[in-house]
Amino acid sequence: MALTNSSSGHSRLRWLVVAIPYLWLILLFLAPFLIVVKISLSATAIAMPPYQPALDFSAGLGVLWQQLKELSFDNYVFLTEDALYWESYLSSLKIALISTFLILIIGYPIAYGMARARKEWRTTLLMLVILPFWTSFLIRVYAWIGILKPEGLLNQLLLSVGVISEPLNIMPSTLAVYIGIVYSYLPFMILPLYATLEKLDETLLEAAADLGCPPIQAFWKITFPLSLPGVIAGCFLVFIPAVGEFVIPDLLGGSDTLMIGKTLWAEFFSNRDWPVSSAVAVVLLAILVIPIMLFQNAQKKASE
Amino acid sequence: MIKYVFSGVALTAMLTVGPISGAKAADKELHIFNWSDYIDTSIIDDFTKETGIKVVYDVYDSMEILETKMLAGGSGYDIVVPTDRNLKRLIDVGVFQELDKSKIPNLSHMWDEITTRLATYDPGNKMAVNYMWGTTGIGYNVEKIKAAMPDAPVDSMDMFFKPEVVSKFKDCGVYMLDSPDDVIPAALNYLGLPADSKDPAEIAKAGELIEKVRPYIRKFHSSEYIQALANGDICLAFGYSGDVIQARTRATEANNKVEVGYAIPKEGGLLWMDSMAIPKDAPNPEAALAFINYIQQPEVIAKATNYVAYANGNKDSQAFVDKAIMEDPTIYPPADVMKKLYTTTPNDPKVQRVVTRLWTKIKSGT
Repeated sequence: MALTNSSSGHSRLRWLVVAIPYLWLILLFLAPFLIVVKISLSATAIAMPPYQPALDFSAGLGVLWQQLKELSFDNYVFLTEDALYWESYLSSLKIALISTFLILIIGYPIAYGMARARKEWRTTLLMLVILPFWTSFLIRVYAWIGILKPEGLLNQLLLSVGVISEPLNIMPSTLAVYIGIVYSYLPFMILPLYATLEKLDETLLEAAADLGCPPIQAFWKITFPLSLPGVIAGCFLVFIPAVGEFVIPDLLGGSDTLMIGKTLWAEFFSNRDWPVSSAVAVVLLAILVIPIMLFQNAQKKASE
Repeated sequence: MIKYVFSGVALTAMLTVGPISGAKAADKELHIFNWSDYIDTSIIDDFTKETGIKVVYDVYDSMEILETKMLAGGSGYDIVVPTDRNLKRLIDVGVFQELDKSKIPNLSHMWDEITTRLATYDPGNKMAVNYMWGTTGIGYNVEKIKAAMPDAPVDSMDMFFKPEVVSKFKDCGVYMLDSPDDVIPAALNYLGLPADSKDPAEIAKAGELIEKVRPYIRKFHSSEYIQALANGDICLAFGYSGDVIQARTRATEANNKVEVGYAIPKEGGLLWMDSMAIPKDAPNPEAALAFINYIQQPEVIAKATNYVAYANGNKDSQAFVDKAIMEDPTIYPPADVMKKLYTTTPNDPKVQRVVTRLWTKIKSGT
């Protein structure tokens, strides 16, 4: 009797623990997303808010069914008619992809060094990686303006050392956007990498050395494959927010830096076209989520 | 610098809920949403001292932020300060309430010249009272322009629209407002076309003109040029009169030997007006009317002008405005220049889409 009681209490607790993240996702992700989808199917109007709702949930099921049949996907069709949109998507994906690659190249040695450092040093090193988060992201991006601008710190330094005779025009440009993204997202790569590398069983490397495997080969055969989960987690953590980045291209980028975040901004604020900007957002989400789902499925199959 | 940080924060805070005022606090609280760096804060303190009404003062640095907040509704603000064509658009949507003019006796001090122009956007002057007005024109670094081109036509839009001229300033840095509403009318006017044209063919011609000089423009941005001019980072900017004058003041304060000049283009420029209006859903419209009346006392609005170096729409205040400002032809232009200043009206959504798309094409080449 007592046994069943405690196990049902246990399962209820478990249910609660599982339910909380789901509730969180439904409330703060799914519900807002559905609102955005609903707006994306509406038509713009000179009104407050500036669109004519396509679906009216208060009008009763009959009307709702009628409205569902009349749903128009014009806003999505519109996105395919103008090269601007897919070029913005592609340009964002490209910038995010290159940035992720750069961050991986820079972040891996840092994480590796941290994981191989003496134990008493590791906490300090970890603190140093996390330390920048104590300052607002926005302020750190503004600091880069101060460094990169034509009369900024970097140019002053290079000029005084005599490396260059004319100030470099690094900012505003797409190069500055890369610098900004790499700087801002580096910790998100280092942390998961460090977590996997630190757990790595060093005896494997000792065994490899004993069997005559040179260190570089041992790295590629043992360390890197074992750190793959960290690499993948880090890449996702960096790539996904970088695609939709708005602040960095807006502040550091030139007027010709094309990114979907800026295109969406113009659609929403300059055109005041909430339906089309919602459609842009829905497509962006699809572009990101569908490949990730496919990837996870493939991984699951591979592990089976 | 601080200003930029705050305006960026305002942008991020955009999608969060506006101020929520409880029923009790509402009687003694007034929520104002105005452009950044746009008031002498002692005016607000004096208002609170005189009336006991606490003022919550928030700022934005782009018209779009205000407009989106208004369109979403329930902003919780009692006074907002839209600029002409945005004002018109918001009036058309029905965002604002009619002013109870019996509560604003100080309207008797207003300046006809400005009130008449404001009626373009607010027919019958029912919803809005002008706060400040100014022009869009040419901001420049006196020394750097002289070095790059000794006989530069600093008072002409040739500075931006003539490739032979603007190319000389490419290396020292040219900024342009990231605002098609300001730049396209200027290009139309330069071409001798009506500045307020809604004809897509004419707008396209203006676009071609800007595209020709696009390679010489470092960046399109609507506020960065203030600091950039003041620091001497750039030598030329197409911007708002008050912002350029602010850059001049900042440079003088920093004592960095940068001399900033401003000129109203001899071809004519846009006269814009920022005007106070009360949203329909304002929690405390009575306090809003009291504030508008308070600030339109000639001495008070003159104090505001003396601080921000923009002209105001209150005729009787001119007796109290600093002589240096009153006699500055770039702030209070003489009558013949006034005549050349044009105003523009909002685009309908279709034309707006053409304009925004053209603007993206100009900026990004796509």
